[in-house]
Amino acid sequence: MKRVVITGAGTINALAHDVPGTLEAFREGRCGISELDIRDKDRLSIQIGGQVHNWDPEAHFNRQQIVLYDKFTQFTLLAAREAVSQSGLNFDGHLGYETGVVLGTAGGGVNTWDENYRAVYEEGKNRVHPFVVPKLMNNAAASHLSMEFNLKGPSFSVATACASSNHAMGMAFHMIRSGMVQAMLTGGSESMLCFGGIKAWEGLRVMSKDACRPFSLNRNGMVQGEGAAVFVFEEYEHARQRGAEILAEVAGFAMTSDAADIVMPSKQGAARAISGALRDARISGDSVGYINAHGTGTAANDKTECAAVADVFGPHADRLMISSTKSMHGHLIGGTGAVELLACIMALRDGLIAPTIGYEEPDPECALDVVPNTAREAKVDVALSNAFAFGGLNAVLALRRV
Amino acid sequence: MTVSVKDRVIAIIAEQAVLDPSDVKMDSTLESLGIDSLGLVESIFSIEEAFDISVPFNANEPTQSDFDISSVAAIVRAVEDLVAQKG
Repeated sequence: MKRVVITGAGTINALAHDVPGTLEAFREGRCGISELDIRDKDRLSIQIGGQVHNWDPEAHFNRQQIVLYDKFTQFTLLAAREAVSQSGLNFDGHLGYETGVVLGTAGGGVNTWDENYRAVYEEGKNRVHPFVVPKLMNNAAASHLSMEFNLKGPSFSVATACASSNHAMGMAFHMIRSGMVQAMLTGGSESMLCFGGIKAWEGLRVMSKDACRPFSLNRNGMVQGEGAAVFVFEEYEHARQRGAEILAEVAGFAMTSDAADIVMPSKQGAARAISGALRDARISGDSVGYINAHGTGTAANDKTECAAVADVFGPHADRLMISSTKSMHGHLIGGTGAVELLACIMALRDGLIAPTIGYEEPDPECALDVVPNTAREAKVDVALSNAFAFGGLNAVLALRRV
Repeated sequence: MTVSVKDRVIAIIAEQAVLDPSDVKMDSTLESLGIDSLGLVESIFSIEEAFDISVPFNANEPTQSDFDISSVAAIVRAVEDLVAQKG
């Protein structure tokens, strides 16, 4: 089996339009959740979100590109340019045939759906722009990445709601580990902060009107975010031989299904995914220093997740750190695991643990070290990233310091 | 003759619980009727649609809401209040 390492990272999210800015916000414990700036906001009961502000597509793309790129594709391309540039890889030659793209997104081009339904239903128009379908399809971002960087290997998109990015990165990991490809662009993207995208979530009554406070006793729900993160995963020897800077090793991955409920999480399903990732990486639980939690800030997720961690790690659960950066960038749904992987890389590389901000009151059902409100210095050898989706689909990645 | 708020609320809860309305008692709890959290959210949606009201309810803090869901009687009272407020 091949070893797999990360040699490039890129992002855009509510905290910053790049990785250095995002890590700086993690260090400062800064909140990127703000008053939404979208059409028909007055008809929404939820008025906040982790929205990307000051987004100017014309600064990055030409007119012909913009008519083809939904916002989730735009975010993906921007993040991928940063990641590829950091990796130093060039895919124009043979490597292009041995590199593909696997990206997670739950909704794909939700803004494009929203705008065009509005045109035909609300405004009564009988004609839409010719590019509606190629803009909104879930694989649009993966396909545009393949075109931008000449990636001719296996490429596809994964939709498993809030676990999409982790499933995507897990697939990319497996494809390199098995020798199928040399490198992959992987991660995820989401952009559903539009009237229809938020209205749909309102219906479930799990959204907070004021803040995302994971693990805090007074937490009252999740806050949606938007953005993307993309990574270059590369076969270890390939990276070493070219002297690439290695950000972290992807050591293990596991996925499980609860087979139980379409929205309620399961402690057993989550625990099996966490212990499975450790087993896959051949890592003992005691060496895990940090877990980036799914930590949505809902009553159900946070207590179930803490119980699963306590079950898997036993007494070590009280020694490791677990934080949810959703408190800062919101829940990016299908893109969330990708942005959150940055906190794992920061823990391994910089020895700095991103905090859970907005933490106000301890919850006896979440009695772990959740790194409340302030970032912390700590040497970490192994970090996990949890994602537990609606539909009971769980995906956990294990990263190791190199 | 118009159907009372009470009877309409009971009909909604009975449909959710797959019971005959006569089996839904005023002192029943949603739990005793077999209605889970998803069923509760769906019942509240049905109530909002039936009475054209907006029910203040967050599934993360069901007991802290102004909308009392501790029994069928409590729900009926809460809906009657919201309907009266609507005027």
